[in-house]
This record gives sequence, C-alpha cells and structure tokens, in this order.
Amino acid sequence: MSGAASPASVTVLRGDPYHLGHSRDGHGESRATGRGTGGPSPKRIIVAYGFWIFILSDIVMFASFFASYAVLQGGVSDGPTGPEIFDLSRIAIETALLLLSSFTCGMASLALSARRMLLFQTAMAVTFCLGAGFVALEAMEFYDLIQRNAGPSRSAFLSSFFTLVGCHGLHVSIGLLWLLTMMAQVLAKGFRSDIVRRTLCFALFWHALDIVWVGVFSVVYLMGSIT
Amino acid sequence: MSHADHADAEGLDRHQTEVAPGEEFAEEDIGKGIRGYLIGLALAALLTVCSFAIVHAKFVWAPAVPVAVIVFAIAQMGVHLVFFLHITTGPDNINNVMALAFGVLFVVLLIGGSVWIMSNMNSNMMPAMPPSSSPQSSQPSMPMIQPMRH
Repeated sequence: MSGAASPASVTVLRGDPYHLGHSRDGHGESRATGRGTGGPSPKRIIVAYGFWIFILSDIVMFASFFASYAVLQGGVSDGPTGPEIFDLSRIAIETALLLLSSFTCGMASLALSARRMLLFQTAMAVTFCLGAGFVALEAMEFYDLIQRNAGPSRSAFLSSFFTLVGCHGLHVSIGLLWLLTMMAQVLAKGFRSDIVRRTLCFALFWHALDIVWVGVFSVVYLMGSIT
Repeated sequence: MSHADHADAEGLDRHQTEVAPGEEFAEEDIGKGIRGYLIGLALAALLTVCSFAIVHAKFVWAPAVPVAVIVFAIAQMGVHLVFFLHITTGPDNINNVMALAFGVLFVVLLIGGSVWIMSNMNSNMMPAMPPSSSPQSSQPSMPMIQPMRH
C-alpha cells in the first residue's frame, strides 16, 4: 500500500479484528457475504454449510467403523481371510460405476444451475442407473459370501467388514431414493429455489459417498488383498 | 488508482459469485463447469488405476505397497473435494474449510488412536496359556486373546 499514512487507509486498517482468511489487499474489512460489511450470506451458502456439517458427522461415523475394521482385521478365527474372499475385478467395476455416477451427478447439478430440465433429468437417470448397478454388485457380493458360510457371524473380521461396507451400501441405497425424489420434485415443481437447494444438498451427499468409497476400496479391498 | 478501482470491482464480482461446496457457478457457465468435472474425473480415474495396478505390480518393494495405496487414496480424496465438492479458498468457503479441518483432525485421532492403542495392547498381551494350567485365571481373558492371535 502506498498511502499508508492517509486517514482513509487508517479506517481501512481498522477492520474486523477477528477476521480470518482472505480479504482485499490482505487487510481491512472483508466484503464477502457473511462477514465484515458483506451482509448476510445467501441462503444457498448457509444451507450448504449446514449440510456440510452433517456430512462431516457422517464421515466421523464411518471413521469409527474404519477404526473397528482396522482393529478387528486380524481376528479371522477359523473363517476365511481377506485375500480368500475379495474379488478385485468386481471391486474395480463397482469403483468405476460409482466414480462415473459422481461425474454424471456433477453434470446434473450443472444442468440444474443452467435450468435445463431435459439435461438434468437425463443426467440424474444415468446417475441412478450407475448407482443401482453399484448396489446390485455389492448385494451379489454379500449374497455370495453368506452362501459360502462367510457371513457376518463367522468371525470378528467378517462382522466389521459387513458393518463397514454394508453401511456404505445402505447410504448409497438411501441416496438412490433421495435421487428419485429430487427428479420427481424438479419435474413437478420446477426449478424453485428451495428445490434447487435441496438438489444441491443431494449432490453434496452423493459426492461425499464417493469419497467414503475411496477409503473403503483402498483400506478394505486393496490393502486387505495384499498377502 | 484506476488499477485499484478495477481490482475492487473484480473483488466484488468474485465475492458475489463465490460458491459453497456442491454449488455451481451462479453465472450458468456450463462449459467451464463441465471442464472442471472432466479434469476431476480424469485425475480420479488415474489415481484409482494406479492404486489397483500397484497391488499386482511385482516390481514394487512389498512393504511400500500399502503406503502407496494410502497415498493414492488421500490424493484421490483431495481431487474429489476440489473438483466435485468445490472446496475452495474463497471467503464463502472459510466455514466449510474450518469444519473440514476439524473433521480431518477427528478422523485422524479416531483411526490413528484406535490402531495405536490396540496394537500396543496386543503386543503387551501375555501369550495364550493352555487352559489346563490355570483354568480360573486364564479363562476370562481367552476371548480377548484368541481373535487377535490368528
């Protein structure tokens, strides 16, 4: 700043003393909404923040399941070990399905901002199909394991495995129901601002599930099949 | 001075269009949005392929494989956060970033602490004694020892 001694710059310097983060020229009051002189944040920012807090609490819950899996991983008792039951090619297909569904969900939220109904409904339908394929593959895996007498009651390792992976699968299944609800609501009520905010929360949820799946396939399947 | 005014107007513009995670650009720039998602998809796919490939790779020193898988996983989570959830350094995102930082701290403490404590307890556990030697004392601790020993 060149005019550091002028009265105007003194008032600029007397900004919000508790301000954190970016601001114009590195000091002074921020004009961003929700802080300084910026006025209240728009509702979509506040709604997304509240939903973000929920997602983080969900991730903390998954973290405790990850911790119990890591602790109980060695407790196979007389049951099968990880490398004996994991089918990595099926996991690779599941991963691809979920990653692509995250991408098409992003396309749906772009179409939502652009208010393009056909593109939005198509992208959401593709997302649903990919997510349903994921859930179907996981259900097949669980069915196979239970048929081979490797169900959740066999050993501590299998209990924690079914809890962790099943909890993620349950989240994806609930996400699919939510997805259908949002398709119907946007179709019936149009791009009303509360519906749009709701759909953006769904997009947050869906992307967060993909992040949890990255942890699941890395920690459970890939690290579990290293002999 | 005119430069400062210009920067000012730009700053205001930026603040008004700043977006929270999961929210899209207010000025329906759909092409720019698709580009961001495509970059994210390509990076995430690359990291996924790397971590699946390294498990089967024969040329990698075996103890390094789990570390590499964890590094790829953390990198992919970062890619998802930036390109799909739109976590940015913008002023509207400060609250989200602070909450995320607390979440990461919590997750690291929870998983790291559990693994650390339980491995320490396992290594301090007395080896399982045959039940005939002293049935009264060894019997209650057997369920704790046995699942960990295999």
